[in-house]
Amino acid sequence: MPPVPTSASAPVPSRQPVYAIVGNPNCGKSTLFNALTGLKQKVGNYPGVTVEKKIGTVYSQHGLPMPLIDLPGAYSLAARSPDEAVTRDVLLGRRSDTPAPDRILCIVDAANLERNLYLVHQVLDLGRPVILVLNMMDLLRHTGVGIRVARLEKELGVPVIPCEAVNGKGLIELKVAMSRPDLPLSRHAWNVPSAIAPAVAEIQASLATRDGRPPLVARAEALLLLTDQDDLRVAGSAPLSQTTRDILAGWRRRWEASGTDWSGTLVTARYDAIGRLVAHVTEQGPPPGPAVSDRIDVVVTHPVWGWVVLASVMTLLFLSIFTLAEVPMNWIDSHVAALNGWVKAALPPGDLNDLITDGAIAGVGGVVMFLPQILILFFFIGLLENTGYMARAAFIMDRVMSRVGLNGRSFIPLLSSYACAIPGIMATRTIEDPKDRLTTILVAPLMSCSARLPVYLLMIAALVPGDRVPLVTKVGIMLLMYALGTGGAFGFAWLFKRTLLKGAPPLMIMELPPYRLPRIKDVLLHMVERAGIFLKRAGTVILAISIVLWALAAFPKGPAGITAQQQVAQSFAGRAGHALEPLIKPIGFDWRIGIGLISSFAAREVFVSSTAVVFSAEHLKAGKGADIGPLRTALRDARWPDGRSLFTPLVCFSLMVFYVFAMQCVSTVAVVRRETNSWRWPLFQIAYMTGTAWVVSFIVYQLGTAMGF
Amino acid sequence: MGVELKLSQLAVGSSAVVRAFPSSGGAFLRLREMGVLPGTPVTLVRTAPLGDPIEIKVRGYLLTLRKSEAEHVVVEESGPGRP
Repeated sequence: MPPVPTSASAPVPSRQPVYAIVGNPNCGKSTLFNALTGLKQKVGNYPGVTVEKKIGTVYSQHGLPMPLIDLPGAYSLAARSPDEAVTRDVLLGRRSDTPAPDRILCIVDAANLERNLYLVHQVLDLGRPVILVLNMMDLLRHTGVGIRVARLEKELGVPVIPCEAVNGKGLIELKVAMSRPDLPLSRHAWNVPSAIAPAVAEIQASLATRDGRPPLVARAEALLLLTDQDDLRVAGSAPLSQTTRDILAGWRRRWEASGTDWSGTLVTARYDAIGRLVAHVTEQGPPPGPAVSDRIDVVVTHPVWGWVVLASVMTLLFLSIFTLAEVPMNWIDSHVAALNGWVKAALPPGDLNDLITDGAIAGVGGVVMFLPQILILFFFIGLLENTGYMARAAFIMDRVMSRVGLNGRSFIPLLSSYACAIPGIMATRTIEDPKDRLTTILVAPLMSCSARLPVYLLMIAALVPGDRVPLVTKVGIMLLMYALGTGGAFGFAWLFKRTLLKGAPPLMIMELPPYRLPRIKDVLLHMVERAGIFLKRAGTVILAISIVLWALAAFPKGPAGITAQQQVAQSFAGRAGHALEPLIKPIGFDWRIGIGLISSFAAREVFVSSTAVVFSAEHLKAGKGADIGPLRTALRDARWPDGRSLFTPLVCFSLMVFYVFAMQCVSTVAVVRRETNSWRWPLFQIAYMTGTAWVVSFIVYQLGTAMGF
Repeated sequence: MGVELKLSQLAVGSSAVVRAFPSSGGAFLRLREMGVLPGTPVTLVRTAPLGDPIEIKVRGYLLTLRKSEAEHVVVEESGPGRP
C-alpha cells in the first residue's frame, strides 16, 4: 500500500470499526462479501421492509473481528427501490436496527468505471473514510483500457485496491487496508454548480440546526433532496421539519420560474467531475476486438436464436428438476417411511405414537420431500443471476409481460413457480418496483406446481375409462390445466395492476451486465441460504399444521376395532367435511372430498393419501411411483347416498380445476407472509384464489351438468 | 449537424448524442443517474426479439429501456457506430 498523502484523517475508533460494503448491482459485491467473510454471515431481514440484511465478520491482519454489513446493490443514494432506500438509510445512520458504518468499502466494476463512480461520488460526500475496491480487473484487461491506480488514489485521496473477487486476487491487500488504524478522508472536492450551491448551503444549515442532522450527513442529504424531486421519498423514515420543507419549496419555485433544471444540473456536475477524473486516470490501449460477451449476446438476444436459447434453458431447468430431483425425493420418501415405521415400532402404541408418526413425521416428511426440487430451483435461479442470463431473459420477455402491466423481471419467478411457487416467490426480490413485486407474488401460486401433479394424475386416471390412459388424453388434459393456471395468473396480474396495485407503468431501465462465469461457491451458498430461510419459515408452520390436521382426523376416537375409514368419517375432519358439504355440493363434491380438501391444505399432494384413507383403498403409498390402481377402482365405486356415481368425469374435471386455482399450500402462505411482511396479503391470496377456484369449478360443474355430462 | 430524432426511432447500429429529455419523472431521473445526460453519446445496439425494449450502449455498458420511455429522449444522429 503506497502511503497516501493526507490532509485530514478520520478519528480512530476505540473499538474495531464497523464496515459497510456498497456498490452498484452486478459489480461483484456479493462475491467480495462472501470472500471476505467466508461462512461467517448472519442473514435476516431489515425490520419493516423485505430487504435482505446480511452482516458478516472479517478478521483484520491482527486477527481482530470487524463487522461488515453487506448493503443492497444501489445505483444511487437518491433511492428508487426499497433496496436502495435501505442502503441510503444505513449510510445516513437513520436505521436504529443497524449500526451506522464507521468506514465504507465502495466496490466498483473497473470495466464500467464511470457509471460505478457515480455512487462512489455520492458516498464520498458523507465524509466517512472510504476504501475503493476496483473489482473485475480481469474484465478490464479485455477492454483495452488501463487504470492508473496510483493516480486514482492520489486524486481521490483514499486507498484504491485492485481486486478480482472471483479468484481472490487483491483480498490480502484489501484486508491490510481495512486493518489500518486510521484511514484518510477523501480530499476529492467537486464544485456544486453555482446556481445550486446557495441552496445546498441553506438546506444543509437548516437540516443541521432544525432536523438535528450531523453536519456531513446534512450536506449529503441536502444534495439528495436536490437530486430527487420527491422529498418525501428522500426523507423516507426521517421526516423533515416544516422550515426545511419551506426552504426547499422556495428554491424550487424560484428555479421553476427561471427554468433551471436543478436536479439535472447536479447530476451533470457529478458526471462532469467523474468524466474528468476518469480521463485523467485511464489510458486507452489498442482497441480490442468484439468482447466475448457481445458475441454471446448476438446469439442469445437474436430474434430467432434468442427464443431457442430461452426455450432450451427453461427445458433444461425443468428436466433437471424432474429427473435429478427424483432420486433424492424417492430417497427422502423411503427414509421418512422407514423412520416412521421405526418410531411406530419403538414407541408403545397410543396417541403419542400416532402424533409423532402420522402427525409430525408424515406431515413434515411430505413437505421435505419437495426440498430437492426447491434446492435445484434455487441453484438454477442463482446460476441465471450470476451468469447475467437473468437480465437477458427479462429483456426478451419484457414485451410479453408488459401486456399484463408487469415487466420482464417477473418472468423467471413466474416460470419457476411451475415447479414450486416458493423459490419463485423468494426470487421476486429482484423486482425493484414494490407493486410489480407484490403482483408477481400474488399470482405466482396460480402457476401449476409439481405438487398438483399427483392430484391431476389421480383425477385423470379416475376420469378416463379403462385401465390405460391414452397418452394423448393425459397430455391434453394436463396441458389444459397448465394453460388454465397460466391464464389465471396473467389475468389476475392484469386485474391487480389495474385496480388494487395501480401505479406508474413499470420501468424497464435495466443494465445488461457482461456474461460471467459464475463462482459455484456463491451459487451454492445462495442456494443453502434460501433453503435455510424456507425451512426456518415454513418448517414450524408445517409442523403445527401437520399436527392439527392429524388431530382433526384422529379425534374424537371411535369405538375400538373400527377401520381407518370409519375413524376418519366420525372424526372432526369428517364432521368438517360434512359441514362443508353444502358449500361444495354445487361444485360436485361430497363430504369425503371435503376431507381431502381440508387435509391437503398442508400440501396439495396430501389429497391423494387422505383420499386413499377416506375411500378405503388400503396399502396406498403417497408420493412418486405409487400404484394408484386400487385407489382408482375405489373412486370409481364411490357413490352418493342416492346411488349416483360420485366421481363422474365432470366431477373429476371440476376437482382438477379447483386445484388449479385454490391456494392449498401452507408453505407458500408462510413464505408469502415473510416476503410481504404482513398477514394481509397471504390472507387475501387465500381468499381470492380459493374463491376463484370455487367459482370456476361451479361454472364447470353447473354448465357441464346442464349440458348433460 | 445531424438529424434530431427520438431515441426510439434510432436505427440499430447507429450512434447519436443525447440532446434533451424531460426534466421530471422518475424514469428520466434514473436515466440521468445511470449516465444518460444531454451530450452523452449512445449507440443503439439492438432491439429485443419482439421489438421492444431497446438496448443501448452508453459509457461503455449496456442499458435497456422501453420504447415508451425512449420516445421522450431527443438525440442527434452522429452516424453509424460500432454496435
